[in-house]
Amino acid sequence: MRGRARFRGSDLLLIIQDCGPRALGIVTLISFLIGLILAFVGAVQLQQFGASIFVANLVAIAMTREIGGIMTAIVMSGRTGAAFAAQLGTMNTNQEIDALSTLGISPMEFLVLPRMVALIVMMPLLTVYADLVGILGGAVVGIGMLGLGPMQYLEQTRDAVHVSDFLVGIAKSVVFGVVVALAGCLRGMQSGRSAASVGLAATSAVVTSIVFLIVLDGIFAVILNVLGF
Amino acid sequence: MTYGSYVIQHDLDFVIRRGEVFVIMGGSGSGKSTLLNHMVGLKQPARGDVVYDGQSFWGSPPEAQDELRRRLGVSFQAGALWSSMTLAENVGLPLQTFTRLPARQISEIVSLKLALVGLAGYEEFYPSEVSGGMLKRAGVARAMALDPDILFFDEPSAGLDPISSRRLDDLILELRDSLGATMVVVTHELPSIFTIADNSVFLDGETRTMIAYGNPKTLRDESPNPTVRTFLRRGAVDAAAGGAAV
Repeated sequence: MRGRARFRGSDLLLIIQDCGPRALGIVTLISFLIGLILAFVGAVQLQQFGASIFVANLVAIAMTREIGGIMTAIVMSGRTGAAFAAQLGTMNTNQEIDALSTLGISPMEFLVLPRMVALIVMMPLLTVYADLVGILGGAVVGIGMLGLGPMQYLEQTRDAVHVSDFLVGIAKSVVFGVVVALAGCLRGMQSGRSAASVGLAATSAVVTSIVFLIVLDGIFAVILNVLGF
Repeated sequence: MTYGSYVIQHDLDFVIRRGEVFVIMGGSGSGKSTLLNHMVGLKQPARGDVVYDGQSFWGSPPEAQDELRRRLGVSFQAGALWSSMTLAENVGLPLQTFTRLPARQISEIVSLKLALVGLAGYEEFYPSEVSGGMLKRAGVARAMALDPDILFFDEPSAGLDPISSRRLDDLILELRDSLGATMVVVTHELPSIFTIADNSVFLDGETRTMIAYGNPKTLRDESPNPTVRTFLRRGAVDAAAGGAAV
């Protein structure tokens, strides 16, 4: 129990373990490949101008400001958002959520809140990790394909990216975490009481979160542009 | 009571007295479980209200509603145990959430409640590891955790063997006598109905309203409604009635 909200600490820890360490595998794979692809696509163009070194800038800025956050969020939506929807949908089918309500325990506090807290904590960490792994993927192309030296690539990256770029990505990732958690949990609790409905809820959770993620990302891009970040 | 625009039952008006065992009966699909859901605060009636000791449930603010909910214990049809927790954690959660008792005392109370329903020794089992009958009994134990004033049972005997069913009936009567709790039981098991019920209401699926109210034994013998009499005699139509319509 924490303060006035009522959920079990052990539940929170289990959910954090599932959203965090267990997600590292797929986040690593996706971020590495995205970094690789970005570098490759950029390299093909930049090589024509003899400006291959700027691949480092491209990958670093793209990953930290945009791609790290949104790709991690989409991965988590498919992985964790759908899981939340399926868990809560099945609980709904078994009347487990009714059982909480009749006792006077709020399902929002007991079930949704720990899931939201877990994602708010984990998403920034996963995003920073994704950013770094993506830069590594870019480095593989830079060094392997373009013949840049490792120190050269690293210094170029360091000069191109500012702390504010990381912060922008992290701030967005917190909002994305809330979106993924809410979409998953609410679709789950709204689901009907059959196997087909639970499946629909999981699908709907992923679709809903992806739509909101992209729309929010667009809105952020405009706002940050206006504010001059 | 409605589902969207479909009225499942209308004009239900009855009183449950404190300390009695009240049975809600009727054919399948007549709305018995729906009525139970309305009475425990899960669904709001389209028109009308549920009143506890003179206090209106749906007219009260949310905090008062939560207070009222804590005086109720509900045993759901398939147990509705939280599948990620052991039986002990299930029965213990109401105690953990609403009392300041230390963990050891909670553990003792949990063991006691589980023993009362014949599940001593199964504290550390998960719902997926026990049989359907045991799930139902664990659900009853959880409903009793806070020693509520009113206990609701949704089809308690469904899926139980005759001996377990009889044991559950005995438990219901014992709880009424020792705790003075009021019992509301949704069921259509005739042996149970005649064993435990003090009072009852009969919901009819065709007219979609209540067509009988009283002690089941009296209704079986003296009810003017042939549907009710046939139900309570397990389909045996009495020749003497001669098809008199209500």
